[in-house]
Amino acid sequence: MTKFDVSRRGVLKSGAFAGAGVALPTIFTASSAAAFTNEPTGSSVTLGFNVPQTGPYADEGADELRAYELAVEHLNGGGDGGMMNTFSSKALQGSGILGKKVEYVTGDTQTKSDAARASAKSMIEKDGAVMITGGSSSGVAIAVQGLCQEAGVIFMAGLTHSNDTTGKDKKANGFRHFFNAYMSGAALAPVLKNLYGTDRKAYHLTADYTWGWSQEESIKAATEAMGWQTVNTVKTPLAATDFSSYIAPVLNSGADVLVLNHYGGNMVNSLTNAVQFGLRDKQVNGKNFEIVVPLYSRLMAKGAGANVKGIHGSTNWHWTLQDEGSKAFVKSFGTKYGFPPSQAAHTCYVQTLLYADAVERAGSFNPCAVAEALEGYEFDGLGNGPTLYRAEDHQCFKDVLVVRGKENPTSEFDLLEVVEVTPRAQVEYAPDHPMFAGGSLGECNPGA
Amino acid sequence: MDAILLQILNGLDKGSAYALIALGLTLIFGTLGVVNFAHGALFMIGAFCAVTLQRILNLSFETVDETQTDFLGNPLKVKTPYVEAWFGPDIGGSIVDWAVPLAILFAIPIMIGVGYVMERGLIKHFYKRPHADQILVTFGLAIVLQEVVKYFYGANPIQTPAPDALNGVMNLGAVIGMDIIYPVWRVVYFAFAVLIIGGIFCFLQFTTFGMVVRAGMADRETVGLLGINIDRRFTIMFGIAAAVAGLAGVMYTPINPPNYHMGMDFLVLSFVVVVVGGMGSLPGAVLAGFLLGILESFASTTWATTTLPGINQIIIYLVAIAVLLTRPRGLMGRKGVMED
Repeated sequence: MTKFDVSRRGVLKSGAFAGAGVALPTIFTASSAAAFTNEPTGSSVTLGFNVPQTGPYADEGADELRAYELAVEHLNGGGDGGMMNTFSSKALQGSGILGKKVEYVTGDTQTKSDAARASAKSMIEKDGAVMITGGSSSGVAIAVQGLCQEAGVIFMAGLTHSNDTTGKDKKANGFRHFFNAYMSGAALAPVLKNLYGTDRKAYHLTADYTWGWSQEESIKAATEAMGWQTVNTVKTPLAATDFSSYIAPVLNSGADVLVLNHYGGNMVNSLTNAVQFGLRDKQVNGKNFEIVVPLYSRLMAKGAGANVKGIHGSTNWHWTLQDEGSKAFVKSFGTKYGFPPSQAAHTCYVQTLLYADAVERAGSFNPCAVAEALEGYEFDGLGNGPTLYRAEDHQCFKDVLVVRGKENPTSEFDLLEVVEVTPRAQVEYAPDHPMFAGGSLGECNPGA
Repeated sequence: MDAILLQILNGLDKGSAYALIALGLTLIFGTLGVVNFAHGALFMIGAFCAVTLQRILNLSFETVDETQTDFLGNPLKVKTPYVEAWFGPDIGGSIVDWAVPLAILFAIPIMIGVGYVMERGLIKHFYKRPHADQILVTFGLAIVLQEVVKYFYGANPIQTPAPDALNGVMNLGAVIGMDIIYPVWRVVYFAFAVLIIGGIFCFLQFTTFGMVVRAGMADRETVGLLGINIDRRFTIMFGIAAAVAGLAGVMYTPINPPNYHMGMDFLVLSFVVVVVGGMGSLPGAVLAGFLLGILESFASTTWATTTLPGINQIIIYLVAIAVLLTRPRGLMGRKGVMED
């Protein structure tokens, strides 16, 4: 008589071996089949749009999402084609990307680095997104860029203006179309010199986080180079709402220019407070007191209302531009949504087209092939004039707009007017410029 | 000297908002024993009453102007507010211009109504629950309210300017031979806060209703035993506290454009104010509100931030710790409150 001694431990052991045995071929098959993370195998490809849908930049995020949806529509052959008609590259035919229909998933960054990384991770791991794009904050962009590098997908940054995104925190898988703080300083300085002269004393109020530091360093260097003195630089907490305590000392500081290195709600409140305290009507050192906002956004200018009138700043793009690309984009966007697009919407739309075009030219969704196609790529017709995606740091180089709050707006969208289009050559810098030093792109990571 | 006086003024101004919110919080805590974390949301709703009235007054009809084009090249639709069409551009324009002060009248019934519904509909069910439950439910309510406001008004700040006549600056130091330039509306805000705070104190001190409420705050059970419906009076006090927070919000809109999150920005600080002033003490809340406002203002000066970087962000909490270590019941706290 044979006795079978079946113990619990024995069953578990056998189960584990059997399970591993069954799983082993699948593991090998999977790794051998996928050359890179989320390689599209069906008839569609999924892109991940990671924008702030809640939190303080939700309106900007909503505009970015509109632009992404429009880009997807155009890529799939819908609508009037928008800037695909004016784009210098003719690789995109309105038949998706490499013949695959473009689909998308969205995530909510909440303008928080951890939430943004979690939503990007979910889109990559659960939804199979082959590219992540979006964001309205440099902190978030840098965090998500790092994640995409580790995961092996391309990150096409949305609105991020800190030097660090393509400076010390640059990554081989990350690309930025938007301009940066250095470029704002380089574009604004000559205009400020013409308007206000070289004998000026500037007082800086700066949002106390990566973008604010970067912006202050850039505009300070640019204005000091033309002879301005910096009287003081004061960091303000990002959570600050009432800036009166910071504005009051400006009155007695001897400064005749106030530079507000603030964005979003900070900019709206600090500018409103500065105007309330009568700084615009003040005379100091025998000159009119002036206020400068280095980074302007039309959506934010709306919040500041009449306070923006006559105040100068810089912007990446504006809907009143009259080149063919801008006109085509404004027409597509305006017809679909009933109002003109913001600069955030523009950069996000362009980034989606640039990614799709790079895939077409590379003939592959492999992030390393896409990166290679984008590096050193010269293009035109996307609203900013001839543009270069520089290989050394994955930063786009193009003209920068200096704008001014309009004195007599004719509509609720007509808040800013373009004062000068600063040529690309004037905002270019060496890849090893000290403000961008400290990081390296590293190796492209295809993942899988 | 000018700079010091300017910072004191700034502090009084900040303190006005803290004091008004803290006063309402203390009224609710003192009467109903509820820690109301939705009080900041009431401040925000008040501000959005001003935004709403501004939008109502700007309701317009469109006429097509063939001579101009919009951004798409179509004939421009020109908007004219109904108010201007009905009363003429001068009177109509003035009505639109004075939207924020007019919103006071608009906000009072709305805020009392919101307070009444909030208390009867939700908070009364939590009277006998632990304070932690009350905090959780009111905090949840605050999040819901701000998300509702964001759904209808968006996330960006909305410019709600003061009337042109009150929009400039004035030299407050002219009488003493100094140069203290200060925004007119901020002076109006401070005066308004003093008026409201004075009004509440007079109401509680010199009316029979106020006397009963004060008696109820001291000993609710005994007042109830005397046959007085103290619960009804406390509900009315909740409505009044909501109205005070709402009016503070209405008048704050020209100082900083309101957004859906503004209530949360004030909530935590207002709680610190209540704790420093002493839980349940109305004069304590007002005193601590102004005191912490002034301290915060001085901590933000260049001298303070260069001497002690970051002091502007922690000064209020440092003072709160110091006060609680030396006077555990706060500056003017009563014995027995939250000590059972």
